[in-house]
Amino acid sequence: METTQQTESKIIELKPFADEMVVNMGPQHPSTHGVLRLELKLDGEVVREAIPHIGYLHRCFEKHSENLSYPQIIPFTDRMDYIAAMNQNWGFCLAVEKLLEMDESKNFEVPERAEYLRVLICELNRIASHLLSFGTYGMDLGAFTPFLYAFRDRERLLLLFEKICGARLTYNYIRIGGVSEIIPMESGSIAEQNFLDEVEAFLDYFEPLIDEYNELLTKNSIFVQRTMGVAVMSAEMALSYGATGPNLRGSGIDWDLRRDEPYSIYDRFDFDVPVAVDVPELGAVVGDCWCRYKIRMDEMKESVRIVRQILAEGLPDGPVMADLKAVRPPKGEIYFRSEAPRGELGFYIVSDGTPKPVRLKGRSPCFSALSALQELSRGLMVADIIAIIGSIDIVMGEVDR
Amino acid sequence: MKPEEIYEVLTKQFGEAVLGFDTELAGDPNIRIAPSAIADVCQYLAETDTLAFDSLMCLSGLDLSARDEELAVVYHLYAMQHRHSVVLKTAVPKTDSHLPSVSHIWKTADWHEREAYDLYGIFFEGHTDLRRILLPDDWDGYPLRKDYKEPEFYRGMRVPY
Repeated sequence: METTQQTESKIIELKPFADEMVVNMGPQHPSTHGVLRLELKLDGEVVREAIPHIGYLHRCFEKHSENLSYPQIIPFTDRMDYIAAMNQNWGFCLAVEKLLEMDESKNFEVPERAEYLRVLICELNRIASHLLSFGTYGMDLGAFTPFLYAFRDRERLLLLFEKICGARLTYNYIRIGGVSEIIPMESGSIAEQNFLDEVEAFLDYFEPLIDEYNELLTKNSIFVQRTMGVAVMSAEMALSYGATGPNLRGSGIDWDLRRDEPYSIYDRFDFDVPVAVDVPELGAVVGDCWCRYKIRMDEMKESVRIVRQILAEGLPDGPVMADLKAVRPPKGEIYFRSEAPRGELGFYIVSDGTPKPVRLKGRSPCFSALSALQELSRGLMVADIIAIIGSIDIVMGEVDR
Repeated sequence: MKPEEIYEVLTKQFGEAVLGFDTELAGDPNIRIAPSAIADVCQYLAETDTLAFDSLMCLSGLDLSARDEELAVVYHLYAMQHRHSVVLKTAVPKTDSHLPSVSHIWKTADWHEREAYDLYGIFFEGHTDLRRILLPDDWDGYPLRKDYKEPEFYRGMRVPY
């Protein structure tokens, strides 16, 4: 009971300005994309200061990980960015695999077929993630229809994921050394053909819709008015705050890990990296909310391109799992980053040669991007805060871990 | 530039503040820096044109209990222009875990340092707003330390409920 007394004796000082109002936005607020609380200091409708308070979804991922073996950690990564869980699985597995490769006594290599399946499924997951971002962003700013369209299409993707791994949200599909074989899909089998046909059918259906969505929301004048020129993040500011992924490219920096530090088999595919440019006819300038949003729309097209290349090539034959008796990385440490839909997802692993990590840190792209919110929102309107949060596309599961 | 070359540049510039270069373990080699000099070293790395480390990828706390009673902070830096990276490591004793903040060099360090303070109890001097970030403000102790014991009660509620 001592703790209670300690809490009670805490003195809270409030020194409000005569005309300053403090408003709590969240943690239960549909536009904050999860349990984010913003302490808004308002002068009328102008935001003097927006202080983010996070941690409402902290589930001690890093502490848990220290008591689990490496394969047991994968389901925990699912619950970081649950919108793009495949990419989170992959990021973690890549880091562990990188460490395993350092051990020269074991000849460890991820099979070709697994690499293709990983790229295929992660690019589809990127589309699903950007679709959700597009839909909810529209809804945040008052457009309800895009949300319904986005969820309709995302549903088709979730059914595909369900077919390949049995789950719709937390997949645990990508494993250390390959991909899960829970639902067998042998090369050349009818199951494989059916799956690939369905992926192709989805792409044929979805590709023309991106242009439709651009007509529906991207160029919608109400939407443009709400987002263009709002909260401009300069290139220097983006770099300094560690904003990555679409947020960095939205600030005009041409950087994508898939192209610039290719991991897995990304160097075999032909795709462009969309980078924001000024759009004078809409009034959008590099680094504003509209540009950050637009990058995601363009990235979906590129993901479709990558998946189409895989379909044209066909999945290679062979096993989907490396011959790995036990996951026991050598003594050492690694930091590995991969391009998740929300930016650079890094994992810092310290291993002492046992099956459990000594330290595991997840460097979350949303965590870094969200820290820029305070500076971005200074002097804007309350309604602009909603536009900023949607445009930096955060998932609180990943921010809080 | 390779990490070895960066190590040489740093030894030339900072002399004894650069404690060593760890390469024997698997993975990324890291440069050990004395805690008191870390902010100066980072400033130098960020502002010298040939190095130009403009992005702090990750800042992590680390408990070195297995070796001795020390906490460490690990800095993963990257230079977009030159496309090279480096890992800095600095260790502080558990009983007096103070070191200079780098949040004035890279703004992302602000929240990352708050996280390291929250979970490891590392105090970053010169940080403008060193508060808990993931845990509630009235939390006792630093959970990611290896010797952390979870409390029996939190606000009158039994913790292992």
